[in-house]
Amino acid sequence: MSVLIWLSVAIVGVSYGVTAGSAGFSLWQLSALAVLVLGASSEFLFIGIIAAGGSATAAVVAGLLINSRNFAYGMSAGSFLGTGRYKDSGWRSMVGAHLVNDESVAVAMAQESVERKRAAFWFCGIGIAVSWPIGALLGGLLGSVVRDPGALGLDAAFPAVILALVLPALKEKVTLLAALIGAAVAVATSPFLPPGTAPLVALLSIAVTIPFREKVR
Amino acid sequence: MNTASVWIGIVVFACGSYALRVSGVLLRARVKLSSFAEKTLDRAVVVLLLAVVATSTIFIGHDVAGPARMLGVVAGGICAWFKAPLVLVVIAAAGTTALLRLSGVS
Repeated sequence: MSVLIWLSVAIVGVSYGVTAGSAGFSLWQLSALAVLVLGASSEFLFIGIIAAGGSATAAVVAGLLINSRNFAYGMSAGSFLGTGRYKDSGWRSMVGAHLVNDESVAVAMAQESVERKRAAFWFCGIGIAVSWPIGALLGGLLGSVVRDPGALGLDAAFPAVILALVLPALKEKVTLLAALIGAAVAVATSPFLPPGTAPLVALLSIAVTIPFREKVR
Repeated sequence: MNTASVWIGIVVFACGSYALRVSGVLLRARVKLSSFAEKTLDRAVVVLLLAVVATSTIFIGHDVAGPARMLGVVAGGICAWFKAPLVLVVIAAAGTTALLRLSGVS
């Protein structure tokens, strides 16, 4: 299953590579970003700001703002990275932390047991850590030869896959309520915020779950 | 783009991104969460993911995306609703969008 996610990631990586390359970034720069940052939307924003003449500082701040959702994802991943047979609170979870992203956490969330969550996370995460830079490098090398990666329609596959993975969790009414309000808030505020940062504002909707505190467990 | 400032930016960006991820993971390993806090964290992840779905379906940066992408996501979502395997979700979403673009709908 994760294989399809890797494939879509690689193809989005190609379009990132093409964009970065044609914006004047060297292959080394766009590959370093792909390997070391490993966060698609934040990298698009980073190169976009610099290509538009913005300062490196502005690009870093905006990129980190997008990636701050990985802090929450990291806390979620910590629940299965640091437990069980391997008890990998040492170097293993330090390495695993780099693989935390939308896809790997969504794939893990869709699993029931801690063991399967961990396995799904590593499998998906390692694949993305490989396929994203390869796609980026290909895009940077091919440059304008790839006229329009959008023709394949994979930009629609990414949201659809994440949606499919969260759908089971939305069966729970309180979660559904918070998630719908959050999505509405994110969409409404998107035009006024730096691109990619609206989901952070959506987190405010978690406040609606507080009245249901007693019902847990 | 061969200026030193871009390279410094890349390094700072990479370190900051990793710091965000690893502090979440390590914090979780050290803090004992109440069952409500745990539930809230699970919900927060769902809220974030659905917000990412909504914004990345509707927007490209600050611009509203064309109908091709939105209809593709809807097609994929319908497959997911009827518990189709993830392969079909991807094929339906990407296929719908690709066909729409092929026929001139952006």
